[in-house]
Amino acid sequence: MKHLPVMNQAADPGESACSRRQFASIAAAAAAGFLLTACGPRRLREMPKARLRQALDEMEREYAAKRGMAVQVADTPPMPDVLFGYALDLSRCIGCRRCVYACVEENNLSRDPQLHWIRVLQMEKEKGVDFRHADPYYAPAEVPEEGHFYVPVACQQCRNAPCVKTCPTGATWMEPDGIVVIDYDWCIGCRCCMAACPYGARHFNWAEPRIPAGELNPATHYLGNRPRPNGVVEKCTFCIQRVRKGRYPACVEVCPVGARKFGNLLDKDSEIRYIIENKRVLVLKQELNTLPKFFYFYAT
Amino acid sequence: MIFAQRFARFVEGSLRLVLQGNGLYWAWIAFLLALIGSGVAAYAAQVGAGLALTSMRDPVSWGFYIGNFTFLVGVAAAAVVLVIPAYVYDWKPIREIVIIGELLAVSAIVMCMLFVMVDIGQPLRFWHLIPPWGHLNLPSSILAWDSVVLNAYLVVNFVVVTHILYRAFCRRHYEKRLVVPLVLLSIPMAVGIHTVTAFLYNGLAARPYWNSSILAPQFLASAFCSGPAILLVVLQLLRRFTRFEIQDQAIWKIAELMAYAMFLNLFLHGVEAFKEYYSDTEHLLYTQYWFQGLGEHRTLVPYAWTAVALNLAAFFLFILPAARRNPLTLNLGCLATYSGCYIEKGMGLIIPGFTPDTLGEIYRYAPSITELRVAAGVFAVGFLVFTLMLRVAVPISLGEFQDEEGSLVTGTAPAIA
Repeated sequence: MKHLPVMNQAADPGESACSRRQFASIAAAAAAGFLLTACGPRRLREMPKARLRQALDEMEREYAAKRGMAVQVADTPPMPDVLFGYALDLSRCIGCRRCVYACVEENNLSRDPQLHWIRVLQMEKEKGVDFRHADPYYAPAEVPEEGHFYVPVACQQCRNAPCVKTCPTGATWMEPDGIVVIDYDWCIGCRCCMAACPYGARHFNWAEPRIPAGELNPATHYLGNRPRPNGVVEKCTFCIQRVRKGRYPACVEVCPVGARKFGNLLDKDSEIRYIIENKRVLVLKQELNTLPKFFYFYAT
Repeated sequence: MIFAQRFARFVEGSLRLVLQGNGLYWAWIAFLLALIGSGVAAYAAQVGAGLALTSMRDPVSWGFYIGNFTFLVGVAAAAVVLVIPAYVYDWKPIREIVIIGELLAVSAIVMCMLFVMVDIGQPLRFWHLIPPWGHLNLPSSILAWDSVVLNAYLVVNFVVVTHILYRAFCRRHYEKRLVVPLVLLSIPMAVGIHTVTAFLYNGLAARPYWNSSILAPQFLASAFCSGPAILLVVLQLLRRFTRFEIQDQAIWKIAELMAYAMFLNLFLHGVEAFKEYYSDTEHLLYTQYWFQGLGEHRTLVPYAWTAVALNLAAFFLFILPAARRNPLTLNLGCLATYSGCYIEKGMGLIIPGFTPDTLGEIYRYAPSITELRVAAGVFAVGFLVFTLMLRVAVPISLGEFQDEEGSLVTGTAPAIA
């Protein structure tokens, strides 16, 4: 199968000029936002539900003014008795990077500079899962390559997450459904979490993220794929905007070989539970005791 | 009312002192201001375009700024280590220069905070770290702890220094009940700030190069070399350009203490190198990157061996009594110590910690022009603060700058520390 490149050509900037009316609405939104945040809890995590909705309405207006299109910022809460888990079949993955780009589009990742939440590593079958011999920049004419296998790595959604522990402002935390999220309005961009993450899963916006006009996915969640500012950290959220509505993450849907499995770890009859109980399963860097909810397995 | 008037005279007199000086003084100030101007311009560009103007990227997400921060925490901690012999053993020659050490500590902490500020992606959100407006993630976040202890240390040193100096200005002896406990407190705090800063790296299991329990002691050892190295140079300059008297004994004693600290530093590095090379696990990679390079990636190797050579040279220059008593070799030793520790703790600590990154990628980091300019600006701010504070502190210590209309005139110039 043909694989996608590790990085694309730089995309055109998609900024539209700001009209007077847009400016007025941005100014009004800023003023309202200031009043809203000037009193009471400021972190999205501890905002009461009604206040949170108001804040998200502000965000919607701000994004709409900036992008010239309607953007929804959902506050879909976690479902009761759900703990999300992920499993990836290493014997099936062919390293085509379809998941990488589906993720970019779904989660509104910056196209220029390019940012990826999923990194596919090419490894040698002889050496097994060994990061010292991993190549993220493989570019043969066709994948899979003889003697190689592929390990896609994104946020492992650790139960004992080093990133959450190190954050000095409490801008990142684990939700009740097990998704580790970031408050992009509270993150100061110190990058302690990036130093702490053993999986290179956290990515920093080194410049203003840019998404060409018309390519923004307007269905967003406040803890997930809403547009991010420059200077904050972001990462995979299991597509929180989709999975909390009962859908699969974009990478699961796009995978052409069905290597990606997703489900509720608390549901005894789920596919993910079947895999964990019946297949040969491993987690990355088990010795670090991060307790990932992202499992790798060999189905065949 | 009397206090207000006297304080006004203090401020006015201080301003007058700061604004007078010879050509050399003004050339130095102009040089610092030029560096600050260049740094501010570079920083403004960085704020506008984002940290993309630095060489940092996801694989090496901390670089020159945080390296300088770490080094300067050590300087701040070590400046106060002089307090130990001065107060614990009541050793007079050093006791008189303690105040200089504390001023250096204050300047170093100012630089530390600026280095953190220029490194963060959202500097306007720095208040998120300040309760009750912000939220400090205690007890789990080490950076949260670090900001607490660094601020506390800054306050303690600033209070001690200004109290002693202001009292001297008023021709009164400092308040013993305030100063002695605070000075004694500053000793464990000095060790504390550097230990907590070491824990910032030490606690990250994702980075085997840092995840070694030897890191905090080794931080302290190298700090007790580099901090006094700066002080020794400053003391000699003061002795040369002012009437400030500093006994040779004090300088020699500090140099001797630095030799022991340097021995410990080299020893701890040796111990770490042995453990890595002999056990030869996959964690050896980072040490190898520093000392040998990995394949064609050898950017840091010259720095590594330069640091080792400088540290060894400094050790021998300070351990030999004849060498540390000779002004030339003494200053060469200071220079070697300062640059050796600076390399080892800046680039040598941060970059190999990130290279290869957690997924095995090797990203070759070297600071960008923006980073160099901003860092030079921050150093210039620190030196400016230090210079201006000395400009006021030295005349007060010499009894040249005192309140004329003060009561309680004592016969002799009041003791300083």
